[in-house]
Amino acid sequence: MADVTLTIDGKKITVPAGTTVLQAAREKGIFIPTLCHDPKLSPWGGCRLCVVEIEGMRGLPASCVTTATEGMVVQTASPAVLEARRMLLELLLANHPQDCLTCSKNGACSLQDYAYYYGVRGDQFQGEKHAYPVEADNPFIVRDLNKCVLCGKCIRVCDEVQVNNAIDFAHRGFNTRVTPAMDLSLKESEACVFCGNCVQVCPVGALVEKASLWQGRQWELTKVRTTCTFCGVGCNLEVSVKDDRVVRVRGYDNPLVNNGWLCVKGRFGADFADSPERVARPLIRTGARGEGRFREATWDEALDYTARRLTEIKEQYGSRAIAALSSARCTNEENYLMQKFMRAVIGSNNVDHCART
Amino acid sequence: MRDLKEWRQTLQQQDRPADRPSLTVGMSTCGQAAGGARVMAALEAEVKRLGLQVDISQTSCIGMCYAEPIVEVALPGKPRVFYGDMTPERGGRLVASHVVQGVPVREWALIQLPGNASPYEGIPVMPASPYYGRQVRVVTSRLGLTDPESLAEYIATGGYAALEKCLRQMTPEQVVEEIKTSGLRGRGGAGFPTGLKWGFTRSAPGEKKYVVCNADEGDPGAFMDRSVLEGDPFAVIEGMTIAAYAIGADEGYIYCRAEYPLAIKRLKMAIAAAEAKGLLGSNILGSGFNFELHIKAGAGAFVCGEETALLASIEGRRGMPRVRPPFPAQQGLWGKPTNINNVETYANVPYIIQNGGRWFAAMGTEKSKGTKVFCLTGKVKKTGLIEVPMGITLREIIFDIAGGIQDDRRFKAVQIGGPSGGCLPADKLDLPVDYDSLTRAGAIMGSGGMVVMDENTCMVDVARFFLNFTQVESCGKCTPCREGTKRMLEILTRICAGEGRMEDLDTLEGLARVVKNTALCGLGQTCPNPILSTLQNFRHEYEAHIKDKRCPAHVCQALLVYTIDPEKCTGCGACTRACPAGAISGEKKQPHRIDPALCIKCGSCMEKCKFGAISRL
Repeated sequence: MADVTLTIDGKKITVPAGTTVLQAAREKGIFIPTLCHDPKLSPWGGCRLCVVEIEGMRGLPASCVTTATEGMVVQTASPAVLEARRMLLELLLANHPQDCLTCSKNGACSLQDYAYYYGVRGDQFQGEKHAYPVEADNPFIVRDLNKCVLCGKCIRVCDEVQVNNAIDFAHRGFNTRVTPAMDLSLKESEACVFCGNCVQVCPVGALVEKASLWQGRQWELTKVRTTCTFCGVGCNLEVSVKDDRVVRVRGYDNPLVNNGWLCVKGRFGADFADSPERVARPLIRTGARGEGRFREATWDEALDYTARRLTEIKEQYGSRAIAALSSARCTNEENYLMQKFMRAVIGSNNVDHCART
Repeated sequence: MRDLKEWRQTLQQQDRPADRPSLTVGMSTCGQAAGGARVMAALEAEVKRLGLQVDISQTSCIGMCYAEPIVEVALPGKPRVFYGDMTPERGGRLVASHVVQGVPVREWALIQLPGNASPYEGIPVMPASPYYGRQVRVVTSRLGLTDPESLAEYIATGGYAALEKCLRQMTPEQVVEEIKTSGLRGRGGAGFPTGLKWGFTRSAPGEKKYVVCNADEGDPGAFMDRSVLEGDPFAVIEGMTIAAYAIGADEGYIYCRAEYPLAIKRLKMAIAAAEAKGLLGSNILGSGFNFELHIKAGAGAFVCGEETALLASIEGRRGMPRVRPPFPAQQGLWGKPTNINNVETYANVPYIIQNGGRWFAAMGTEKSKGTKVFCLTGKVKKTGLIEVPMGITLREIIFDIAGGIQDDRRFKAVQIGGPSGGCLPADKLDLPVDYDSLTRAGAIMGSGGMVVMDENTCMVDVARFFLNFTQVESCGKCTPCREGTKRMLEILTRICAGEGRMEDLDTLEGLARVVKNTALCGLGQTCPNPILSTLQNFRHEYEAHIKDKRCPAHVCQALLVYTIDPEKCTGCGACTRACPAGAISGEKKQPHRIDPALCIKCGSCMEKCKFGAISRL
C-alpha cells in the first residue's frame, strides 16, 4: 500500500496508508496515553485518553481509531488536548477507590501512571462512587468492579481471542459494568473457562490473580522468560518470581507461539512447582498394588529396577504384554523417544498418549 | 400486479361520491390515549340504536393533539367536519344534529374540509384556519384524513405512483439525482443531504446492500415519526422501496422502538398488504426488482437511535456506537453498504419523485429545503403535530399556529432538538427555523421536538432534567459521556438543592467543553448543549440559585419558602389539616404560621387556602 506523510507535533512522519495516528505517533516515540487500546485486539475508541487535535477536524478525535491521511497536521499535547486528558483522568479517578497503597497493581497500573504523568490527583469531583462487592468466589481471579475503568479489553479478549464471550457490558450510564450473562459471577456463569487472558489485559486492578495477592510488590518481582510445561504447544511464559517462588504467570508476547495468551493451566497451574505433594524423587512400591505404600529410591536404583522388570516381563509373557502411556507434558522429542523405545527395544506397538482422546 | 393506474381509477370511482354518511374517529396513540376508543364505541351504539346507515371507521392523528379525541362527520356531498374534545356523552347530540338533521354542531367543530362542496358557515376551513393556515402538509398530508390500514385508500390518494414511476421510467441513477435536486436533508437531526448519502451507498462496492429506516424516535417530547408511521405507513414503505431501487438493495429493516406497538402493528399490516399486491417482495410491479422488508423492534435504548448503535442492535449485539468512518454507506449492517434514513426522510421521497425535485426545492430556505414536521409540546395553548415550510420563524410557530402560551403567561424559552438541543430565549423568537440558523443559535434541528416553556419553568431544572436523561441513557462506552454526565448531573442537582457554589459554573463549563470535544458519538458530543445554552441565555437563574438561594421560577423545591400573610389568614385551619409534616400551627381564628424547619415544601397548604394567604417565595 502507498505511504502517507503527516505532521505530528511538528515532525513529518511517513507511514503506510491505513496506519492510525496513534501508531504513527508511537513509532516516532511520541507519547500518547491509552487505556482501551491493544494492538492485538480490535479498535475500540472508548477511553478517549488518546484524543489529539487534528487541523480541520471537529472536536478532539481519538487517535487510536483515526486513520492517518496525507498532509494531516496533528497536535498531541496542545492545551485543549491536555485539558481534556486531565479532565478524563479526573473523571475516572472520581469513581475509583484510590487504594493504591495496598492494590496489587500498584506500580503496574496504567491509570496510576497517567495520573502521575499529568499531575491529576482525582480530587476535583466529590460525588457518588460505586460500591460493588468484590467477587472472589473462584480460585483464580479476583474481580473488583470498583476499580474497573470500562475499557472493555477483557470483553474483547474473551470474544476475539478466547472466543468464549463469557462477559459483556450490561446496564447503562454510570451503572454500566462488565459482567457475565444475568449478572452472575464468573464461576456461576459456566461460560468462563478461567483462561485469565482478561486479567492479563486489564490496565488497572479490577482483575487480578488471586494467588498473587499479598505475594510481592511489582518492583520486588523478577521476571523470567520460560516455556510452559503443561503441553507440547510450548507457550512462552513470563514468570514473576520472588524469593525463588513463582508469584504470577503471564503469557510472553511471542507471536510465533502463543502471542502472549495462555490457557487456565499455563496461567494458574504453577502451584505444582512448590507443592508438598509433588513427586520429587523416584518411588518404588513396597506394599500390594493399590495400598499406596512406597519407598524413596535413587535414580540409578529405580532405572535398574525398571529395566530388570521390563526384561523379565518380556521374557516371561512376550513383548505384547507391555504397553506405554506417555504424557502431554513431555516434549515432542521425549514422546518420540518413548515410542521409538517401545517399538525398537521392547518390540511392542502398544503405545498411547494421555491427550489422544 | 401490472395495472396500478387502472386499479387506482377503479378505487377512486368506487369511493366518490360517498352515498351515505360517515363517522371517522382519530385512533392513533394520541387519540386512543384521549379516549378515542370509548367515543367510537358510543358512536357505534348510537348509530345502531337509531338504525342508521352510517359508515364508522378510524383514522390517524390529524395533528391537533390538544383537541383529541377528534371525530370527523361527513355527509354525502357536504364538507367533512372535524369535532374536537369529543366524549361518549357528546355522541348522542352529534349524531342527532349532524348526521340525522344535517346541522353541524358549531360550538364543537374545529375545522371543515369542503372539497368541492360549499362550506358550512361559521366553521373555519382547514387550509385557512389559524392552526393550519401557515402549515404546508406534505409528509402529513394523509394524516387524519385516510384510513392508515387501507392499501386501497393509499393507492386511491396517489400512493405507489412514485414507485411505479421509478420502476417504469427512471434508472436508479436518475432517482438519486432527483433526490439530490430536491435538496432533501436527513430529518433525523443531523441534516446530511439525502441524495448524497444514497449516491455513496449506491457507488459503494458490494453485491449485497441494505436499506434501514431509523424509527427509534426517543427524544422527550418528540412523536413525529410515531405519528407518520401510525398515519401513513405505506408512504414510509414506498419511500424505502424507492431508496432500495436507487441504491441497489434487496433487503431492508425498519428499526422501530417497541414502545410504539400501534406503529409496529400498522407497519406489519402494511407490509403484508403491499406484499399481497406485489408492491413489496419479489418482482415488484412485474419489474424484476425485489425488496424484502423486515421490522426489528428496539428494546428501548435511546442510544439505538444513533446509527451505528442501531445497526449493532439489529445484528443482535448490545446497542453501542462505534467510531465512524467507516460510515454505514461503506460498511453498515453486517459489514455491507447500508443506507440509513429516518421515517420522515423516507416519507418525503414518494412526494419528491411524483412532483419532482424542483417542486420540493422551491419550498424552504436556500440550504434547508422542503417542510419539517414538529411536535409542539409544553406550555403552548395548542399542542400538536405540525408541518411547516423550513424558514418559518419560531414566533410564527409558537404564537400563530400554537396560539401562544397557556393562560397568556410570559414565554421564557423553547427547547429544540431534545437532549442534544438547546434552549432558545425570547430574543431568538424571530429566528428562522432551518438547520444552520438553529445550530448557530446553540440549538439543533434534531428530529423535531419543540418544548415550549413559560415563566414557571426553571432553566436550571430543565438542564438537570436533560442531563438526567442523557446520563441514564448513556451506553457507557466512552469515559466523557458515562462519567462526565454523572458529574454534571451531580453539580446541577446540587445547585437545584441550593448547595451550589459559584465555581461550580466554571467546572460545569469546563466539563461541558471536554465532553463535547471528546465523546465518541453524537449523543455524548451534544449532551452538554442543554447546559451550555441555559448557561449562555439564563445565567442569572443559575446565579440566583447559588448566590441568593432562590429559584426565580419557584420550581426547585429545596429553595422554596412558604409563608402565611397574617393580614389575610382567617385562622380557618384548612392548611394545618392539609400539612403532612405538622409544620403549621396557630390558634383557631388567629393567624397561623409555618415552621420552616419542619416544612417539606409540598405546597399542599397553598392549594387548600381559600383566602390566598399563603405565598411561595
